Amino acid sequence: MVSGRLFPAVRLGVLILVAVLVLVPLVTVALGGFKTMGELRTNPFGLPALWDWTNYGGILASAVFWRALANSALLSAATVFLTVSLGLMAAFAFAQIRFLGRSFLFSYFLLGLLFPAATAILPLFVRIRDLGLLDSYWGVILPQTAFGLCMSIVLLWGFFRQLPQELWGAAVIDGCGYGGFLWHVVLPLSRPILATVSVFTLVHSWNAYLLPLTLLNSSQRYPWPLAIMQYANEYSVDWNLVLAFITLTLLPAIGFFLLAQRQIVEGLTSGAVKG
Amino acid sequence: MAAWSGARRREAVQRNGLAALLLSPAVLLFTVFVVLPMVEAAWYSFYRWNGYGTPTQYVGLRNYWVLLRNGVFSSALLNTAMVVAVSLLVQLPLALGMALLTAKRFMGVNLFRTIFFLPYILGEVVAGLIWRFVFDDSFGLSHAIAAWLQVEPPYILADPDLAIYAILAVVVWKYFGFHMMIYIAGLQDIPREMQEAAAIDGASRFQQLRHITLPMLAPSIRLSVFFAVVGALQLFDLVMPLTGGGPANATHTMVSFQFVFGITRMDIGFGSAVGVVLFVLCVGFTAAFRRVLTRRA
Repeated sequence: MVSGRLFPAVRLGVLILVAVLVLVPLVTVALGGFKTMGELRTNPFGLPALWDWTNYGGILASAVFWRALANSALLSAATVFLTVSLGLMAAFAFAQIRFLGRSFLFSYFLLGLLFPAATAILPLFVRIRDLGLLDSYWGVILPQTAFGLCMSIVLLWGFFRQLPQELWGAAVIDGCGYGGFLWHVVLPLSRPILATVSVFTLVHSWNAYLLPLTLLNSSQRYPWPLAIMQYANEYSVDWNLVLAFITLTLLPAIGFFLLAQRQIVEGLTSGAVKG
Repeated sequence: MAAWSGARRREAVQRNGLAALLLSPAVLLFTVFVVLPMVEAAWYSFYRWNGYGTPTQYVGLRNYWVLLRNGVFSSALLNTAMVVAVSLLVQLPLALGMALLTAKRFMGVNLFRTIFFLPYILGEVVAGLIWRFVFDDSFGLSHAIAAWLQVEPPYILADPDLAIYAILAVVVWKYFGFHMMIYIAGLQDIPREMQEAAAIDGASRFQQLRHITLPMLAPSIRLSVFFAVVGALQLFDLVMPLTGGGPANATHTMVSFQFVFGITRMDIGFGSAVGVVLFVLCVGFTAAFRRVLTRRA
């Protein structure tokens, strides 16, 4: 056993070792974007001898990059808005209104937690095609929302259920209907849980790959994961360009993570995520 | 009395009407895009169908027979089993270790937690591409090591026997921070007095870990095992940029197999059969897991 006095030093050593293993690929990629192909071959891990900004500049000036980010932003924003607002309405009904078939319908939604979207991807493709939504933004947004709804409903329902009954009584006395109650009382109270649900839906749809890959054909509608794969296959010999492209897509993710860290960590620690 | 019951009925109608209004968009989307496709997958899996018109060529269980005797599908199942094994035997202990080391506050603890968690928030596709570079034989890590040892660099991702190990390494790198967070949350729920009492009674660090921390962490460990298995069953995004299921179809997972052999070839019946098998495995695992849990409790 490590003696008590040595423990902090050993702990720090182990932590630094693991942190280096985690960071080396990321730093290598970011630095690689500054290198020429020749240098990438001779010195893949070190600092670049000459900081060459042309790879990064070229991508930042390209329409492909910005269009992919704009597509992702559009798909994610619509998915988050629909998942949160429809989930909110449903969860409010389940938690606050007594209606016929309540427990049956709730179990129906729980079904969605049992299997991933991948299991039904082929019939989904056929359905989207038959609805004429193939290769359209809606064709991705609607299924993504549908698969996100179960988790959103369960999380919001868990929160609404804990709201004290007296709130509703007070709202009735104040002449508030269900609508007013939802808007003026429940919504302001649920900001933290709404933030958590939004952040998770956002991360999920921002990184989504399988659904857009299956349901979109034209590259001008590609969100960034598809665009970067296409780019990587097109420029497979020019790794320095690909590395610069990768780094630029990492930046929004890391920035967002640092901003929303609290919601993400709290969401995780309350067991909020479907793996 | 009549007026009262009339008012009550009106109120009930209103209540049910409002619930229907609030629920119908969610029910509609969920039914059309989640439930019906799953039911259709079961239906299509009995047909030979290229996706056009309506399925007419009924083949019974033939798709399932072909699937069972398909060598690539067996290797995809084996690969999935390996991902589960590595997740449980390598990733979870690593995550637990890092959680234990960063559970107590000290200078820089948040920095370490953030670094370990960082790979989890990156998109799967970009994580896969990053590692495709690291494994590249003429640029990456193996190139550097081989140059240092003055041997021919191996291209791990092009080797049908080795490529899967590269994928396993990336899985651990990408997800251990996520499991670490689950453990940190669990550790924070353990009352400090229990450990202090044990320390006063002369329990060593190891004894404290063995007899207090681990048993108290059981719910977090179960949660983490659940996520690891469910995640392994649907692994896809990470595999495509690394190997695309190759070389020689050696690194497919169930979902990448379904994608390549079902969607790319427009073999809807066969691909749906893969989806049904995946569904059965997911539901079966969840049911078995619940059962074990309730038996414990």
